[in-house]
Amino acid sequence: MKAALVLLRRDIKLAWREGGAIGVALGFYLVVIAMMPLGLGPDLNLLSRIAPGILWVALLLAALLSAGRIFANDYEDGSLDVLTTGPLPLPAVAATKCLAHWLTTGIPLVLLGPFLGLLLNLPIGTSLSLVLAMLAGTPAVSFIAGIGASLTLGLRRSGLLIALLVLPLYVPVLIFGVAAVTPYVTGPRSLWAPLLMLAALSLAAIVLAPFAAAAAVRNALR
Amino acid sequence: MIGLANPTRFLALVERLVPWLAGTTIIMLAVGLYLALFVAPPDYQQGETVRIMFVHVPAAWLAMGGYALIAIASLGTLIWRHPLADVAAKAAAPIGATFTFIALVTGSLWGKPMWGTYWVWDARLTSVLVLFLLYLGLIALWQAIEEPGRAGRAAAILALVGAVNLPIIKFSVDWWNTLHQPASVLRAGGPTIDPSLLTPLFVMAIAFALLFATLHLIAMRAEILRRRVRALQQTHVAHAALAEAEA
Repeated sequence: MKAALVLLRRDIKLAWREGGAIGVALGFYLVVIAMMPLGLGPDLNLLSRIAPGILWVALLLAALLSAGRIFANDYEDGSLDVLTTGPLPLPAVAATKCLAHWLTTGIPLVLLGPFLGLLLNLPIGTSLSLVLAMLAGTPAVSFIAGIGASLTLGLRRSGLLIALLVLPLYVPVLIFGVAAVTPYVTGPRSLWAPLLMLAALSLAAIVLAPFAAAAAVRNALR
Repeated sequence: MIGLANPTRFLALVERLVPWLAGTTIIMLAVGLYLALFVAPPDYQQGETVRIMFVHVPAAWLAMGGYALIAIASLGTLIWRHPLADVAAKAAAPIGATFTFIALVTGSLWGKPMWGTYWVWDARLTSVLVLFLLYLGLIALWQAIEEPGRAGRAAAILALVGAVNLPIIKFSVDWWNTLHQPASVLRAGGPTIDPSLLTPLFVMAIAFALLFATLHLIAMRAEILRRRVRALQQTHVAHAALAEAEA
């Protein structure tokens, strides 16, 4: 447990000090959202209707942008080799690194979400459900991204490949994520069902993804 | 399965099996197409367009069957380390992707007269499209990693992750939107399709399955030979480098 905490603190520190690693994801999120009205026209009714979907898709893309970093830096400088021989089992290492990605990328993106929602005329009242849904869903995003990151370790063009591998797996998160926010726009419906589904997806990803990622890391280091 | 771990023995078996399989495939396809195009009556509601079903439905079955094959072969790669499991998975991916593509295209052509549009974001269509994307991801991963052993294991992990996710994707997409008719052949309580349409459908399904098996065995043979060529090239390069170092 102590080893995991040390690793987590190290990864968060690295992400902070890497200079703009977090800022780039946030900036990307902002740019994608800003492009949407330019492409769709400034009709505020249309924008508020499709805002949840746009916010979620842009969040997935922004999270993927930094997904490669979950393992790549440690793979290149050899720390990953050291970590495999350390006291922490490899799945726990993978889980810790995905958790660090969630804390340094997922949470900032979630917090930016409602403000970008304002740009898309998303009713203020839905901000809370948007944040809740994103908080419940983004752990799945980070942990599944970890699978993609570990499978593409050391490959050229790994960023594009991660997107191709991982985006189809995000379909359920996207569907329930949007469902949790949309009812408040189009009419009242239970927020709980999609929210609980998102939490379930995240819990399943947290439990299962580290094992897949650890197997992929071991395969890459062989 | 253990005896077949020897690639040479496997190749000999393929050599003997493929002509028979190919022959039966051609006969079954000919019979199936005759039944489907000339014998089966037009549907009272859909007219002649119902004949698209005889290509569409078997292709969709094999699209899923192909992924199931890859998932089982992936278990073989990761757990039993069967040397041919990874070859089987790799050879099945493009074939499965092609059948998925055929299912999507024929479904689209069928959708135009029936639903009035080539594409709707209906649950079935969407989940088959996602299946197609998973196939593309697998193929891309195989091509991105040079070393066959590492590529095989990475693809096996991805295939199993996809296999776990496919039911979840399926249910979430079902919940999201449904227009496609529910399953009407493989369902509890017997099929709801008239026997006059069911017989050609099953003949076509068997023909498609045989086609899949034939193509799969040929693709596996090609993959084994490709790996042998690769190994020969590597030893050749190594020998050349050694000779150069000695000179």
